[in-house]
Amino acid sequence: MPAVSFQQVSKTFQSPRGPLRALDGVRFDIEQGEFFGLLGPNGAGKTTLISILAGLTRASSGQVKVMGHDVVADYAAARRSLGIVPQELVFDPFFSVRETLRIQSGYFGLHHNDAWIDELLHELGLSDKAGANMRQLSGGMKRRVLVAQALVHRPPVIVLDEPTAGVDVELRQTLWQFIARLNKQGHTVLLTTHYLEEAEALCSRIAMLKQGRVVALDRTANLLAGTASTMLRFKTDQPLPAALAAQARVTGRIVQLKARDAGEVELQLAALRAAGIKVEDLEIGRADLEDVFLEIMQGAPTSEAMA
Amino acid sequence: MTPRHPLRGVRTLLYKEVLRFWKVGFQTVAAPVLTAVMYLLIFGHVLSDKVQVFDNVGYTRFLIPGLVMMSVLQNAFANSSSSLVQSKITGNLVFLLVTPLSHWAWFTAYVGASMVRGLSVGLGVFAVTAWFSPPGLAQPLWILAFALLGAGMLGALGLIAGLWADKFDQMAAFQNFIIMPMTFLSGVFYSVHSLPEFWNRISHLNPFFYMIDGFRRGFFGVSDVSPWLSLGVVGGSFLVVSAIALRLLKTGYKLRH
Repeated sequence: MPAVSFQQVSKTFQSPRGPLRALDGVRFDIEQGEFFGLLGPNGAGKTTLISILAGLTRASSGQVKVMGHDVVADYAAARRSLGIVPQELVFDPFFSVRETLRIQSGYFGLHHNDAWIDELLHELGLSDKAGANMRQLSGGMKRRVLVAQALVHRPPVIVLDEPTAGVDVELRQTLWQFIARLNKQGHTVLLTTHYLEEAEALCSRIAMLKQGRVVALDRTANLLAGTASTMLRFKTDQPLPAALAAQARVTGRIVQLKARDAGEVELQLAALRAAGIKVEDLEIGRADLEDVFLEIMQGAPTSEAMA
Repeated sequence: MTPRHPLRGVRTLLYKEVLRFWKVGFQTVAAPVLTAVMYLLIFGHVLSDKVQVFDNVGYTRFLIPGLVMMSVLQNAFANSSSSLVQSKITGNLVFLLVTPLSHWAWFTAYVGASMVRGLSVGLGVFAVTAWFSPPGLAQPLWILAFALLGAGMLGALGLIAGLWADKFDQMAAFQNFIIMPMTFLSGVFYSVHSLPEFWNRISHLNPFFYMIDGFRRGFFGVSDVSPWLSLGVVGGSFLVVSAIALRLLKTGYKLRH
């Protein structure tokens, strides 16, 4: 039984400009114990898909199951199996951190959950804030409480929707160590993030969404292997010759050129020399997930990626 | 694994909703008590010699049950409606939406907490105003029945308004254009028999009239209409409003898109 199963999930929103198709026949499974990444540009449908999983939004068609429980027909069992860390930094200003976590435990039918609450507070570096009112916490601290709230009922499936957006380095480290440990203990993790290096480092498998469709679904290693594997990076102030400019990714002074192998790198360097381009900080590296992501989103062929 | 209790969820939500208003009790309980006492002092003082509604019942004494009931109703409505609309606007309703709580649990907890707040304020108003002029307790079961049903109905009505309203001004409109006129035109400050025929009849279409009339019956042993008729109207209204609220919760109206 997969931990999460999306079966032909479509969602159409009614907007003033007519119907808007946010998801279009999304179909994939996440196996138990996986650390799974859901990537895609803004508006690709990631949050809509997660909202359907959490029961916050209803699919126009298709079916979603968590640990075998349908999220509509068997919502109570599905929600007990799921812990969601929402993207928005929301909190209830009436309560302290400990009250918030006790209340959230109670909603799931749990009483005397303080041992686990204490452990969560400790793991997330919140122990000394347990008595503080939610209003008094910084943004990063509020984010930690959101994570703790999602975990009070020890859900087998944990969903993190952009959990590190606007979060400092220290929390990112603490959070990922903790989540990685939960994953090792058998919890399934579904992560959406804009930080592709995080997805590359953590996720064993990745789905990429574009305009509501799955455009790539594979093991992270396979996705990386499927793209042009070498990347030439340098800085320059001069415009590139047309042939190179067409295939280059330029960010300010930084230029990145993809290459299949060392031979192609040599040709690119020769072309730069012939055009009289002065380059600084030249380096040759491997392509990363960001390159794969851009390649797929730009509609380049992704035969390996569509496994 | 911590044991799971079947009713723990609804109890927690009820507790949280009560704690929410209790933490700001000065604003949610003390302030409405003060308002009601002001009404009593001003109207009671100005009108005490001019208005005689029931035989042997002075105007100030007549006014007290009406003010108590008005406070119960308005505060029961305010609790569920403001809690829901605030949670929707600040976004923290998501913590509740991801839980396994059923629509029955939501209904029981929100309406239950509204009743606790309405009855707390009502008790406060009674305790303070009775000190000026004890109204008597002729038939206390009627007092209990109408206080509970009235608070429950307004709690459920507040739930509907809280689900419907997307903004605070929509909520204020619901309160000012529906709840306030219905309470003021229900006979809190007068007997509907003192109204012209037309308005007298209109008042009989207002369920709030029956709540106040039945409630007042419990204090003085007299009322404008039979308390059994009032009980039927108020009980029926409560069932209708509750059915609507439950239906909206079950379908996820404005909660799950």
